[in-house]
Amino acid sequence: MKFKVNNKEVFASTGGRPFDKKKPLIIFIHGSGLSHITWVLQTRYFAFHGYSVLAIDLPGHGYSEGPALESIEEQGKWIADVIDSVEMEEASLVGHSQGCLVVLECASQFPDKIKSIGLMGGAGAIPMNPELLDLAEKGDPKAVDLMMDWAHGPAGHFGGHPVPGLHHINLGGSIVINGSVKNALGVDFRACDNYKNGFEAAKKIKCPAINILGDRDRMCPLKEGKKLAEHIKTSEVEIIPNCGHMILLEEAGQALEILKKFIRNNHPV
Amino acid sequence: MDPKTYKFDTLSLHAGYMPSKNAGSRQVPIYQTTSYMFDDVDHAAALFNLERGGHIYSRISNPTVQVLEERVAALEGGTAALATASGMSAIFLTIMTLCNAGDHVVVSSQLYGGTVNLFRLTLPKFGIKATFVKPRDTEGFKNAIQENTKCIYGELVGNPGNELMNLPEISKMAHEAGIPVVIDSTYQTPYLFKPLEHGADFVIHSLTKWMAGHGSSMAGILVEGGKFDFLKTDKFPTMTEPYEGYHGLSFAEEFGPVAFTMKARAEGMRDMGPCLSPQNAWNVLQGIETLSVRMEKHCSNALKMVEYLSNHESVAWVSHASLKDNPDYELAKKLLPKGTGSMIAFGIKGGKEAGAAFIDNVKLASHLANVGDTRTLVIHPASATHSQMDEATLKLANMSHDMIRLSVGIEDIDDIINDFEDGFRAAKKPRLVANK
Repeated sequence: MKFKVNNKEVFASTGGRPFDKKKPLIIFIHGSGLSHITWVLQTRYFAFHGYSVLAIDLPGHGYSEGPALESIEEQGKWIADVIDSVEMEEASLVGHSQGCLVVLECASQFPDKIKSIGLMGGAGAIPMNPELLDLAEKGDPKAVDLMMDWAHGPAGHFGGHPVPGLHHINLGGSIVINGSVKNALGVDFRACDNYKNGFEAAKKIKCPAINILGDRDRMCPLKEGKKLAEHIKTSEVEIIPNCGHMILLEEAGQALEILKKFIRNNHPV
Repeated sequence: MDPKTYKFDTLSLHAGYMPSKNAGSRQVPIYQTTSYMFDDVDHAAALFNLERGGHIYSRISNPTVQVLEERVAALEGGTAALATASGMSAIFLTIMTLCNAGDHVVVSSQLYGGTVNLFRLTLPKFGIKATFVKPRDTEGFKNAIQENTKCIYGELVGNPGNELMNLPEISKMAHEAGIPVVIDSTYQTPYLFKPLEHGADFVIHSLTKWMAGHGSSMAGILVEGGKFDFLKTDKFPTMTEPYEGYHGLSFAEEFGPVAFTMKARAEGMRDMGPCLSPQNAWNVLQGIETLSVRMEKHCSNALKMVEYLSNHESVAWVSHASLKDNPDYELAKKLLPKGTGSMIAFGIKGGKEAGAAFIDNVKLASHLANVGDTRTLVIHPASATHSQMDEATLKLANMSHDMIRLSVGIEDIDDIINDFEDGFRAAKKPRLVANK
């Protein structure tokens, strides 16, 4: 659905069901340069099982009006604005990669609005490889190829997508390429590289939390995910074996099962 | 710093399959089953509602077929692929997913005869009409686009005349008009040409041909490029508006770069059911493993045959874009740097009668209605593959009665040439008799 946040048009997938203010809200926040599409194997389930779902396109991504927000702090505040814009009091947040930083920032700045948080492939800091950052800021599509290489574990490189016929790396790459390498991915990578408040934000989290980590993650290595979890007093940790950074797609089924249990317990219908 | 994603030859052997998820089996298992156990009622409901991925029934998807789909998607650079029982069913599925009754398509006039008849005679029964345009008439494609046109369809190198479409230019025109381009790339395989890198939005293969190579199994596939944004036009309401068949799902919103494949599978395979058998999928996978090696030999043999035929006294003309005097020579150099393929069309002196004598007297080359076998194949299109086309359609396709279609195999080139010498010798005899 399309709606306005701070007078700018925003797109969010509602998981195939109409948005309903009477149902508990879950907001899904994508990673760098990506869009709502990455969440399709989680959002539809929740939308059809009693929740209102918003898999948002961050500003300047997917079908949301730009420009992209330049800092994680702004993005965290913007998520709180999304909750206000749809006239809800509170939401659970689920983030992937950069989206985890956004979740940390939002949940620490606006604790009263956040019911629970799910973090997939997260870390307390995501410093960027300087060459990758430079390529992305120049709009060079090679940045996308490198990102897709590093983001995917064995399943992404060999195959075996949970949805028959889909190709992990080419699908992920097309989401980024269909947006703007320079104005979305480049801005996102710079925002991640600049962000230094992750562990401090993590310490402030009081709501239930879960870190879902892939043991073959090369973008946010497992030890970094564990370190983040250690800074969140309330965090559970689930490690998925043989899984890279794109947990939400590479092991979509396992990721969904973990999220289902966590959200049902902490933000019941 | 370069990405270390696997390259073409490696993908040909490995893409789409992980032994660790299949009991360690090094070879792809053949999942000879119709259906798949659900974990519980919730799991079943989620699968049926596209809330999660997985297999339900082999008409819709099958694990062995899935390996083939991912492998071809990997080789073509596509976001997704959907395998079908044949190339023709892939074409039908694609058009029926794109179009409704009352819609129109712009089609190259030089296509496999079965495809011509699909567009000329069968699709109109469903209310879908086509305008045929000669493949070299780039502006003609633009001029033929109507308000209700839903795609441009063609073969990069037309069957059987070997004329090229200027795909980059035609794609640009199509996208300006808000419609996608569908390319049947059977003749090229992704080894020679990747249509998605040159503006096409969807690629179709008859996998029966060069991709498999062995001539043992029927199979087709549709590959999605992931760049055509259905939400940026109002021409495709069945892609963008809530679909009653899946509780109001908008395929374009939910699935973005794989929306078309998802709809073709969820609706088309469900309702029409042109599924590929796991055994045939496995057979095709065996062929794809050696695609690069075979295509190199096909192309090198083809170049030698072009030279041989061009200098032969019994040959009136040769059509192959590798020839410097061919109108498509420059375009082919640009689009097909690895080779212009192993299909050659040539005219035999003495016309239809000589052609028949030639075909009846070659022994190594097989006279049959197929192309892209590892064995050399010949046919007289006007009396076989394209015989159901009327004179006007044959003319539009630039097909003459003296044309012989040659699919060059990977036998020893000397043996192919010796065989052709026998054919040409026999082809001269009817003329000598007639002259007396």
